Amino acid sequence: MRRAVAGLAVAILGVLLMMVVVGMPAFGDPAAPMNNELPERFLGEGPDETGALNIVAAIILDYRAYDTLGEATVLFAAVASMMAVLAAAKGGYGRE
Amino acid sequence: MAVNDLILRTVTRLIIPFIQVMGIYIVVHGHLSPGGAFAGGAVVAASFILGTMVLGPTSSSGRSWGNIGRVMESVGGIWFIVLGLVGVLVGTGFLSNQAAGIPAGRTGLMLSAGLVPWMGIGLGVKVTATMVSLFRGLAGGQEDD
Repeated sequence: MRRAVAGLAVAILGVLLMMVVVGMPAFGDPAAPMNNELPERFLGEGPDETGALNIVAAIILDYRAYDTLGEATVLFAAVASMMAVLAAAKGGYGRE
Repeated sequence: MAVNDLILRTVTRLIIPFIQVMGIYIVVHGHLSPGGAFAGGAVVAASFILGTMVLGPTSSSGRSWGNIGRVMESVGGIWFIVLGLVGVLVGTGFLSNQAAGIPAGRTGLMLSAGLVPWMGIGLGVKVTATMVSLFRGLAGGQEDD
Protein backbone atom coordinates (compact mmCIF):
# COMPACT_ATOMS: atom_id res chain seq x y z
CA MET A 1 0.00 0.00 0.00
CA ARG A 2 2.76 2.44 0.98
CA ARG A 3 4.71 1.52 -2.13
CA ALA A 4 1.66 2.15 -4.29
CA VAL A 5 1.07 5.56 -2.70
CA ALA A 6 4.72 6.47 -3.04
CA GLY A 7 4.78 5.33 -6.65
CA LEU A 8 1.67 7.32 -7.42
CA ALA A 9 3.14 10.42 -5.78
CA VAL A 10 6.38 10.06 -7.75
CA ALA A 11 4.44 9.55 -10.99
CA ILE A 12 2.30 12.66 -10.41
CA LEU A 13 5.38 14.72 -9.50
CA GLY A 14 7.19 13.44 -12.57
CA VAL A 15 4.29 14.32 -14.86
CA LEU A 16 4.13 17.83 -13.37
CA LEU A 17 7.85 18.36 -13.81
CA MET A 18 7.73 17.06 -17.38
CA MET A 19 4.91 19.49 -18.11
CA VAL A 20 7.14 22.31 -16.87
CA VAL A 21 10.01 21.11 -19.06
CA VAL A 22 7.78 20.90 -22.14
CA GLY A 23 6.56 24.43 -21.49
CA MET A 24 10.06 25.89 -21.28
CA PRO A 25 11.33 28.06 -24.17
CA ALA A 26 13.63 26.39 -26.67
CA PHE A 27 17.41 26.73 -26.27
CA GLY A 28 18.54 30.02 -27.74
CA ASP A 29 15.01 31.28 -28.30
CA PRO A 30 15.28 35.05 -28.74
CA ALA A 31 11.81 35.48 -27.27
CA ALA A 32 12.72 33.64 -24.05
CA PRO A 33 11.83 35.55 -20.90
CA MET A 34 15.41 35.51 -19.61
CA ASN A 35 16.52 37.36 -22.74
CA ASN A 36 15.83 40.74 -21.18
CA GLU A 37 17.92 43.86 -20.70
CA LEU A 38 20.22 42.15 -18.17
CA PRO A 39 22.26 39.92 -20.56
CA GLU A 40 22.12 42.74 -23.08
CA ARG A 41 23.84 45.03 -20.61
CA PHE A 42 26.37 42.41 -19.43
CA LEU A 43 27.31 41.16 -22.90
CA GLY A 44 27.27 44.58 -24.54
CA GLU A 45 28.85 46.82 -21.91
CA GLY A 46 30.71 44.25 -19.79
CA PRO A 47 34.13 44.39 -21.46
CA ASP A 48 34.05 48.19 -21.48
CA GLU A 49 32.82 48.59 -17.93
CA THR A 50 35.08 45.99 -16.28
CA GLY A 51 37.93 45.38 -18.74
CA ALA A 52 37.48 41.61 -18.38
CA LEU A 53 36.94 39.59 -21.54
CA ASN A 54 35.54 36.60 -19.67
CA ILE A 55 32.03 37.78 -18.95
CA VAL A 56 31.60 35.21 -16.17
CA ALA A 57 34.60 36.64 -14.34
CA ALA A 58 33.29 40.15 -14.95
CA ILE A 59 30.01 39.22 -13.30
CA ILE A 60 31.26 37.21 -10.32
CA LEU A 61 34.24 39.46 -9.52
CA ASP A 62 32.92 42.89 -10.46
CA TYR A 63 29.17 43.26 -10.89
CA ARG A 64 28.37 40.75 -8.16
CA ALA A 65 31.58 40.63 -6.16
CA TYR A 66 29.59 40.96 -2.96
CA ASP A 67 27.81 37.71 -3.82
CA THR A 68 31.20 36.07 -4.39
CA LEU A 69 32.30 37.27 -0.95
CA GLY A 70 29.30 35.38 0.41
CA GLU A 71 30.42 32.29 -1.50
CA ALA A 72 33.88 32.60 0.03
CA THR A 73 32.20 32.82 3.42
CA VAL A 74 30.35 29.59 2.66
CA LEU A 75 33.66 27.88 1.90
CA PHE A 76 35.11 29.20 5.16
CA ALA A 77 32.05 28.02 7.09
CA ALA A 78 32.36 24.57 5.54
CA VAL A 79 35.96 24.18 6.68
CA ALA A 80 35.29 25.71 10.11
CA SER A 81 32.30 23.46 10.77
CA MET A 82 34.19 20.39 9.57
CA MET A 83 37.06 21.17 11.93
CA ALA A 84 34.65 21.86 14.79
CA VAL A 85 32.82 18.54 14.28
CA LEU A 86 36.04 16.55 13.97
CA ALA A 87 37.51 18.24 17.03
CA ALA A 88 34.37 17.37 19.01
CA ALA A 89 34.58 13.77 17.81
CA LYS A 90 38.19 13.59 18.93
CA GLY A 91 37.61 14.87 22.45
CA GLY A 92 37.00 18.57 22.41
CA TYR A 93 37.98 21.78 20.76
CA GLY A 94 41.49 23.01 21.30
CA ARG A 95 42.86 19.62 22.23
CA GLU A 96 46.48 19.29 21.19
CA MET B 1 48.00 7.46 3.74
CA ALA B 2 50.67 6.73 1.20
CA VAL B 3 50.80 4.26 -1.65
CA ASN B 4 53.84 2.03 -1.99
CA ASP B 5 53.78 1.62 -5.73
CA LEU B 6 56.78 2.68 -7.81
CA ILE B 7 54.88 3.54 -10.99
CA LEU B 8 52.19 5.50 -9.18
CA ARG B 9 54.69 7.42 -7.07
CA THR B 10 56.92 8.26 -10.02
CA VAL B 11 54.07 9.38 -12.25
CA THR B 12 52.62 11.45 -9.40
CA ARG B 13 55.94 13.19 -8.81
CA LEU B 14 56.21 13.97 -12.52
CA ILE B 15 52.67 15.15 -13.07
CA ILE B 16 52.07 17.33 -9.98
CA PRO B 17 54.06 20.38 -11.24
CA PHE B 18 52.19 20.30 -14.55
CA ILE B 19 48.82 20.14 -12.81
CA GLN B 20 49.79 23.08 -10.62
CA VAL B 21 51.02 25.19 -13.53
CA MET B 22 47.78 24.44 -15.38
CA GLY B 23 45.70 25.43 -12.35
CA ILE B 24 47.63 28.64 -11.72
CA TYR B 25 47.31 29.51 -15.40
CA ILE B 26 43.54 29.07 -15.19
CA VAL B 27 43.37 31.27 -12.07
CA VAL B 28 45.49 34.16 -13.34
CA HIS B 29 43.81 34.17 -16.76
CA GLY B 30 40.36 34.01 -15.19
CA HIS B 31 39.38 37.42 -16.58
CA LEU B 32 40.48 36.56 -20.12
CA SER B 33 39.62 32.94 -20.85
CA PRO B 34 37.11 30.35 -19.69
CA GLY B 35 37.72 29.07 -16.22
CA GLY B 36 38.47 31.29 -13.29
CA ALA B 37 39.21 31.19 -9.61
CA PHE B 38 36.87 28.34 -8.72
CA ALA B 39 37.92 26.05 -11.57
CA GLY B 40 41.63 26.83 -11.30
CA GLY B 41 41.64 26.58 -7.53
CA ALA B 42 40.02 23.16 -7.79
CA VAL B 43 42.73 22.04 -10.24
CA VAL B 44 45.53 23.17 -7.91
CA ALA B 45 43.76 21.51 -4.99
CA ALA B 46 43.55 18.29 -7.01
CA SER B 47 47.33 18.25 -7.30
CA PHE B 48 47.71 18.62 -3.53
CA ILE B 49 45.13 15.92 -2.90
CA LEU B 50 46.88 13.60 -5.35
CA GLY B 51 50.17 14.23 -3.60
CA THR B 52 48.65 13.57 -0.19
CA MET B 53 47.03 10.35 -1.33
CA VAL B 54 50.05 8.90 -3.13
CA LEU B 55 53.08 10.43 -1.45
CA GLY B 56 51.71 10.86 2.06
CA PRO B 57 50.83 13.91 4.13
CA THR B 58 54.42 15.02 4.77
CA SER B 59 57.09 16.24 2.40
CA SER B 60 60.23 14.24 1.72
CA SER B 61 62.08 16.10 4.47
CA GLY B 62 59.40 15.02 6.93
CA ARG B 63 57.89 18.47 7.28
CA SER B 64 54.11 18.65 7.39
CA TRP B 65 52.23 21.34 5.53
CA GLY B 66 48.95 20.81 7.30
CA ASN B 67 48.76 24.28 8.82
CA ILE B 68 49.45 26.11 5.57
CA GLY B 69 46.01 25.27 4.26
CA ARG B 70 44.28 26.81 7.25
CA VAL B 71 46.41 29.95 7.08
CA MET B 72 45.90 30.39 3.35
CA GLU B 73 42.16 29.97 3.83
CA SER B 74 42.10 33.09 5.98
CA VAL B 75 44.66 34.89 3.82
CA GLY B 76 42.49 34.45 0.73
CA GLY B 77 39.39 35.78 2.43
CA ILE B 78 41.15 38.73 4.04
CA TRP B 79 42.84 39.58 0.72
CA PHE B 80 39.43 39.67 -0.97
CA ILE B 81 37.96 41.96 1.70
CA VAL B 82 41.00 44.26 1.70
CA LEU B 83 40.66 44.70 -2.05
CA GLY B 84 36.99 45.42 -1.52
CA LEU B 85 37.84 48.09 1.04
CA VAL B 86 39.88 49.97 -1.59
CA GLY B 87 36.59 51.21 -2.99
CA VAL B 88 35.48 52.33 0.46
CA LEU B 89 38.70 54.29 0.99
CA VAL B 90 38.29 56.03 -2.36
CA GLY B 91 34.71 56.79 -1.47
CA THR B 92 32.71 54.85 -4.07
CA GLY B 93 31.57 51.70 -2.34
CA PHE B 94 32.54 48.25 -1.14
CA LEU B 95 34.06 46.04 -3.89
CA SER B 96 33.79 48.71 -6.58
CA ASN B 97 36.29 48.39 -9.40
CA GLN B 98 36.16 50.82 -12.32
CA ALA B 99 34.01 53.22 -10.32
CA ALA B 100 36.84 53.53 -7.78
CA GLY B 101 39.19 54.76 -10.50
CA ILE B 102 41.36 51.65 -10.70
CA PRO B 103 42.98 51.69 -14.16
CA ALA B 104 41.47 49.05 -16.42
CA GLY B 105 44.53 48.67 -18.63
CA ARG B 106 44.30 47.44 -22.17
CA THR B 107 41.59 44.81 -22.51
CA GLY B 108 43.10 41.42 -23.29
CA LEU B 109 46.36 41.82 -21.41
CA MET B 110 46.95 39.86 -18.26
CA LEU B 111 47.28 43.01 -16.12
CA SER B 112 43.95 44.49 -17.05
CA ALA B 113 40.45 44.75 -15.69
CA GLY B 114 41.57 46.52 -12.54
CA LEU B 115 40.96 44.44 -9.45
CA VAL B 116 39.34 41.46 -11.17
CA PRO B 117 42.50 39.30 -11.60
CA TRP B 118 43.74 40.17 -8.10
CA MET B 119 40.47 39.20 -6.49
CA GLY B 120 40.54 36.05 -8.61
CA ILE B 121 43.95 35.11 -7.22
CA GLY B 122 42.73 35.54 -3.65
CA LEU B 123 39.65 33.51 -4.40
CA GLY B 124 41.73 30.78 -6.08
CA VAL B 125 43.96 30.53 -3.02
CA LYS B 126 40.87 30.26 -0.85
CA VAL B 127 39.24 27.56 -2.98
CA THR B 128 42.47 25.56 -3.00
CA ALA B 129 42.87 25.87 0.77
CA THR B 130 39.24 24.91 1.34
CA MET B 131 39.39 21.77 -0.79
CA VAL B 132 42.72 20.66 0.63
CA SER B 133 41.61 21.33 4.22
CA LEU B 134 38.34 19.47 3.72
CA PHE B 135 40.12 16.50 2.17
CA ARG B 136 42.83 16.32 4.79
CA GLY B 137 40.36 16.76 7.62
CA LEU B 138 37.89 14.16 6.41
CA ALA B 139 40.56 11.71 5.27
CA GLY B 140 41.88 11.47 8.81
CA GLY B 141 45.03 13.50 8.27
CA GLN B 142 44.53 15.22 11.60
CA GLU B 143 47.56 13.64 13.27
CA ASP B 144 49.87 15.97 11.34
CA ASP B 145 47.94 19.20 11.67
